[in-house]
Amino acid sequence: MNEVVLDARDISRSFMISQGFMRAKRPLHAVNGVNLKLHRGEVLALVGESGCGKTTLAKMLLGLLPPSAGTLELDGQPLASLSHLEVARIVQPIFQDPYSSLNPRKSIGSIITLPLQVQGDKDPASWRQRAEEIMELVGLPRRVYNNFPSQLSGGQRQRVAIARALINRPRVVICDEPTSALDVSVQSQILNLLQDLRQELGLTYLMISHNLAVVEHMATRIAVMYLGRIVEEGEAESVYNSPRHPYTEALLGSVLTPDPSLGVPDTHLGAAYPNPLDMPSGCSFHPRCTKMLPQCAQQAPSPIPTESGHVECSLYEENKGKMRITS
Amino acid sequence: MSNKILEVQDLTIDIPTPSGTLHAVQSVSIHVDRGETLCIVGESGCGKSLTSLAIMDLLPRKAVRKATRLELAGESVFDIGERRMSDIRGDRMSMIFQEPMTSLNPAYTIGDQLTEALRRHKKVSRREARDRAVFLLEKVGITAAASRLGQYPHQLSGGLRQRVMIAMALMCGPDLIIADEPTTALDVTIQAQILHLLAELQREFNMGLILITHDLGVVARIADRVAVMYAGQIVETGTAKQIFKNPAHPYTRGLLACIPIPGQTARGAHLGAIPGIVPSLVGRMPGCHFASRCSEVRDNCTTAPIPQFEGAEPGRSVRCLLADEATGREPAREGAA
Ligand SMILES: Nc1ncnc2c1ncn2[C@@H]1O[C@H](COP(=O)(O)OP(=O)(O)OP(=O)(O)O)[C@@H](O)[C@H]1O
Ligand SMILES: Nc1ncnc2c1ncn2[C@@H]1O[C@H](COP(=O)(O)OP(=O)(O)OP(=O)(O)O)[C@@H](O)[C@H]1O
Ligand SMILES: [Mg+2]
Ligand SMILES: [Mg+2]
Repeated sequence: MNEVVLDARDISRSFMISQGFMRAKRPLHAVNGVNLKLHRGEVLALVGESGCGKTTLAKMLLGLLPPSAGTLELDGQPLASLSHLEVARIVQPIFQDPYSSLNPRKSIGSIITLPLQVQGDKDPASWRQRAEEIMELVGLPRRVYNNFPSQLSGGQRQRVAIARALINRPRVVICDEPTSALDVSVQSQILNLLQDLRQELGLTYLMISHNLAVVEHMATRIAVMYLGRIVEEGEAESVYNSPRHPYTEALLGSVLTPDPSLGVPDTHLGAAYPNPLDMPSGCSFHPRCTKMLPQCAQQAPSPIPTESGHVECSLYEENKGKMRITS
Repeated sequence: MSNKILEVQDLTIDIPTPSGTLHAVQSVSIHVDRGETLCIVGESGCGKSLTSLAIMDLLPRKAVRKATRLELAGESVFDIGERRMSDIRGDRMSMIFQEPMTSLNPAYTIGDQLTEALRRHKKVSRREARDRAVFLLEKVGITAAASRLGQYPHQLSGGLRQRVMIAMALMCGPDLIIADEPTTALDVTIQAQILHLLAELQREFNMGLILITHDLGVVARIADRVAVMYAGQIVETGTAKQIFKNPAHPYTRGLLACIPIPGQTARGAHLGAIPGIVPSLVGRMPGCHFASRCSEVRDNCTTAPIPQFEGAEPGRSVRCLLADEATGREPAREGAA
């Protein structure tokens, strides 16, 4: 579990946003100084508010979007020194929507073998057999090889997307909301499949999801993002059992378990929703924080190590991530 | 005066397709009281969205709608003409659509679309309409609400568009809201805030709320009553407590086994599954629609239509022969929820 397969150091990405006619463009800091290490075999879940920069971060890790600052290493090599094809051999995506991510005019067989074709695989005679092997692995019947996406169910289409991602035996799979477009009965099949494949192929996952029950079920580590930064990161057990950052606490407290004797919890977050074009001073969470200290409005917190990760919050002491104040 | 805000009896929707008639919704009956929340859950394609479009009289033109009763606050709203219907829509009942992009007009600003609904149905000034729009946008968690009024739908992220849709549905303070997957694209903190808002407005206006969702956590927490649909039919009804603590239909039980429950499901363990796929609704199916995927199927499940059996408690019903053996009750009216 110690081998680092993906290492992001202080990466940022901003977009220039036009403010309307004749007005200067302004930068939107979608990802703002993120450090992230992915170790072989782990399932790192990336969670956080809609628009906090999760997909932007994932796209950078996939080599689809260059960072505006910072460095990225894949398998010990700088991502910038790798070609697109080399990156694609190491890390592969599975996106949210199995309906729009497959080309409707291509057969299932050609969709699944496309990565082999793109990689200029030397042995086309073996493609069909390799496709059928991977189809079996993901639970797709061989007979759909010549079918088209429109002839498959949602769950089958997501399996096609998974087969396509896996045919070149990548080391890392980045799943952006892999099951949110699916029925719960299909979601459970896909989650079971991802678990099995992890064991069988020794895969490493980065998983983005709004469904925290799914995250808790799958993840070995959790990274919580807020306005472009990872504000807390650590082992899943530790983050779930004792969340440190007030935003993590609000997030976990908003999970709706199917218990009819409970109501909808109060998030205690207030309505000061963040505007990424106009970041708050100091800690970017302070306008919504119930535990704000006087210094939080001026001084941005720096990462403080905890027993299994880090937290960025002035409530905690420099050493051991202990609570600064007892309330 | 009855407390019933919506009453639908034996709603049937047929859609002609090249391969035959699609029986998308089959004899569905539901009712909602003022101040009450009915949740509809079920497999993708089972007819949830069509049912709500049928109530709003917004079905695609080729769809054929039948019902023995469709009443809003005791008055029939079935085939009353587009003129009268459009007076009711957006004013007394409104809908939050699953696909915000299809229901927001790309050519008009958010502000125009929000205020239009209110000014069309109620005598209010431009200023009052604008104030209410800003108030509701802020309520659904949109920052700089006043400056959003001048934006067009394509300039907003998916999550923002969905919240604009919710604000729009609330502009006139309707008697009934039908919300089709209103929080699916949103993160859990915003979801919680929007559910609070809906509950607050529901109390304020004594509204009926129909919420369609596949998030069983949302259903458990906010539903007064639940209708479970499968392949065009209601297969089980009951209070949230009955459905979650004591599910009677094998499909409902299967659904509940599929979701990981924090603190209960062992981390990383295999989740339950419902093998197989939903049957085609083109043509007639003789017996139970769930039979091909049911682990408890018997010979007589596939020979004749399965009626909706009433449970011991009022409002409880299930469309399953096994449950009939358990309760020994007479069949209820077709699918009453
Ligand atoms: N190509 C782009 N041009 C301009 N702004 C962008 C672009 N892509 C993303 N953004 C902005 O960057 C921020 C982060 O977006 P991102 O899609 O990474 O969020 P996310 O965390 O994936 O959200 P969600 O949970 O809703 O998918 C948002 O404010 C978004 O509007
Ligand atoms: N305009 C249409 N023409 C033909 N068939 C349609 C049309 N609209 C819906 N259907 C079909 O009717 C059935 C019910 O559709 P509906 O949209 O009500 O499902 P749903 O329960 O809302 O599903 P989901 O959970 O995926 O939103 C589906 O089989 C669908 O393919
Ligand atoms: Mg995203
Ligand atoms: Mg629908």
